[in-house]
Amino acid sequence: MIMSGKFGRYGGVFVPELLIPALEELEGAFLKYREDKKFNKELEYYLQEFAGRPTSLYFARNLSEKWGCKVYLKREDMLHTGAHKINNTLGQGLLAKYMGKERLIAETGAGQHGIATAVVGALLNIPTEVYMGSEDVERQKLNVFRMELSGARVLSVDSGSRTLKDAINQAFRDWITNVDTTHYLIGSTMGPHPYPTMVKHFQKVIGRETKEQILQKEGELPDAVIACVGGGSNSIGIFSEFIDDEEVELIGVEGGGEGIGSGRTGATLSVGTEGILHGSFSYVLQNFDGQITEAHSVSAGLDYPGVGPEHSYLKITGRAEYVAITNKEALRGFELLSKYEGIIPALESSHAVAYAEKYAKMKENRGRSIVVNLSGRGDKDMFLVAREMGEKI
Amino acid sequence: MNSEEDYKNSKGNYNNSKGNYKNSEEDYENSKGNSDSLNIRVESYSAMFQRAKEKSEGVFIPFIVAGDPDFETSLQIVRELVEGGADALEIGFPFSDPVADGPTVQSADIRSLNAGMTTAKGFEFIRKIREFTSIPIGLLVYYNLIYKMGVDTFYENARKSGVNGILAADLPPEEAGDAVKAAEKNGLNQIFLAAETTSNERLQEIIKLCSGFLYVVSVMGVTGARSEMGTSTVEMVGRMRSHTKLPLCVGFGISKPEHITEVIKAGANGAIVGSILIDVIAENLGDQDILKAKIRESCREMKEATLKDQIE
Ligand SMILES: Cc1ncc(COP(=O)(O)O)c(C=O)c1O
Repeated sequence: MIMSGKFGRYGGVFVPELLIPALEELEGAFLKYREDKKFNKELEYYLQEFAGRPTSLYFARNLSEKWGCKVYLKREDMLHTGAHKINNTLGQGLLAKYMGKERLIAETGAGQHGIATAVVGALLNIPTEVYMGSEDVERQKLNVFRMELSGARVLSVDSGSRTLKDAINQAFRDWITNVDTTHYLIGSTMGPHPYPTMVKHFQKVIGRETKEQILQKEGELPDAVIACVGGGSNSIGIFSEFIDDEEVELIGVEGGGEGIGSGRTGATLSVGTEGILHGSFSYVLQNFDGQITEAHSVSAGLDYPGVGPEHSYLKITGRAEYVAITNKEALRGFELLSKYEGIIPALESSHAVAYAEKYAKMKENRGRSIVVNLSGRGDKDMFLVAREMGEKI
Repeated sequence: MNSEEDYKNSKGNYNNSKGNYKNSEEDYENSKGNSDSLNIRVESYSAMFQRAKEKSEGVFIPFIVAGDPDFETSLQIVRELVEGGADALEIGFPFSDPVADGPTVQSADIRSLNAGMTTAKGFEFIRKIREFTSIPIGLLVYYNLIYKMGVDTFYENARKSGVNGILAADLPPEEAGDAVKAAEKNGLNQIFLAAETTSNERLQEIIKLCSGFLYVVSVMGVTGARSEMGTSTVEMVGRMRSHTKLPLCVGFGISKPEHITEVIKAGANGAIVGSILIDVIAENLGDQDILKAKIRESCREMKEATLKDQIE
């Protein structure tokens, strides 16, 4: 390894020896191509022409009036496949192609990252296989079909929790067995080095655009940037550009599930403890012995018992603040944005919207400017939300 | 909110496979202080390898998961392994997310966790083994179990219960500083993995930290019985032999006595066999007597494959 892959004490490469050469190869390729003109030009082309960048920074006038703050929405929901995930899958997919890899594998929970990987596999002509917990396969049939339409094979994982955590385990096992030919396209800023650094690199475009756009519209930096945190990629993507601007509050919103005291939560940074999961040292949900426990959130993208190591670092250093929003509150965020702005957000992003309301309503924050990262759109959540609202569709 | 409580509160909300396993805080409290009194005899790895060398044979090291399918049965299985001719033992502590393991070991982990295995009970398990054998015992764990207990505490508990060496499957040299220090402090061996893809330079780094023996991974992949042994395994063993005087034990995928003979002929000191034994456990959960007899028989066959007349 050239870099240690550490953020303070967090991160690292906690993987079986068999994977180290592959991680070294990946790190080398990443460091090389990130400076490569041709690579960057090609990536920029796809981000623009295929994914639909830049996304707008939309002034949410109705909510702003209602809340007494200036509320801006970074519209990652407008991207192809419906979420920020495509920024990363295009970056890593292209990298895999430059590395001469013949096969992509990915993990997925709700299917967003799986779809973003599948379409990139189709675009770049690389056979793609997506691991998905058998419970998620059952819950997200529509997304399974979408992945298959794009030519990907969906591999149902029946071991352990039968959800995202074990889909990741299975993807690692596949990679250990097929390192020569295969690139493991991890979907968030988690996993062993170089993934947290590399995924951040590909998601930084969110923050870069946001900064430019807000300066153009407001002539000054925002008071707060709010984003939801699952593995941590859309949040790191938008935070990173503002980390050195101390006056900007950075707020990560976790999936609180049924409440952080309920035992059924995905709020890893709020209630978890330090530990090692999926290759890096970070906060995790675990029991006394260090057995990893299940996360719970109404939004599959926040339903993960770990979190990217850089978030642990930002939490410990106090540079970012992490809060939890419950399932119920998130549904309210979902309804608010749909009703007042005509924008139907993903349930993940709805957590950020819900916290933005709380933030705006604090006395000391009156009149401030807030950027909410709208990481994805809500199409995928229609059935679930309808059910939660007691509607039949 | 204390997360500890959080998890206790959530007990019973999931089905068995959901990873809400027994919390060992209680076991841990109960076990404190009763270990130092143990007067145990422990044979070192070097003495064991020397013993084999004098008899011109290889060593056979069976692997099982502590507490699979339950504490008592598992302990009886270990007795059979020892009776069946094991030269040393490799004992896994179960983990909820074993990324280096195939379905066989994963299932063993789940059986063990569901039967109430905890880290504290794992050490108790080792102490019980020490009541009937002094052959070397290696622990195979995932690093989070070590980290969560506290590296120093874990190694101290390992020493006190009679462990010889520790291998953390997800702990490459880059991250092993604390573990190696704790191993030295407690007079334990820190064991590392090396594989076909391990370059010679990297091998040098690993060897600097490794003691007891080097665990050579015979296949690119996860644990699990394979019907064929790759020809490259033989080459790899030869390459590693030329780089180190450390004893070499080959594991992952070995399923037949012939494989054992083959790797020893290639220059390895021994073979580690897990999945095939765990398959026997999984297939005979209903009948303990048959299970024990089959385990012992398997062991006999595999030990035989290491003997002088086989490997010459
Ligand atoms: C729309 C959306 N937002 C957020 C997330 C959470 O991931 P991350 O924290 O990596 O941005 C997901 C994950 O599936 C998602 O689909």
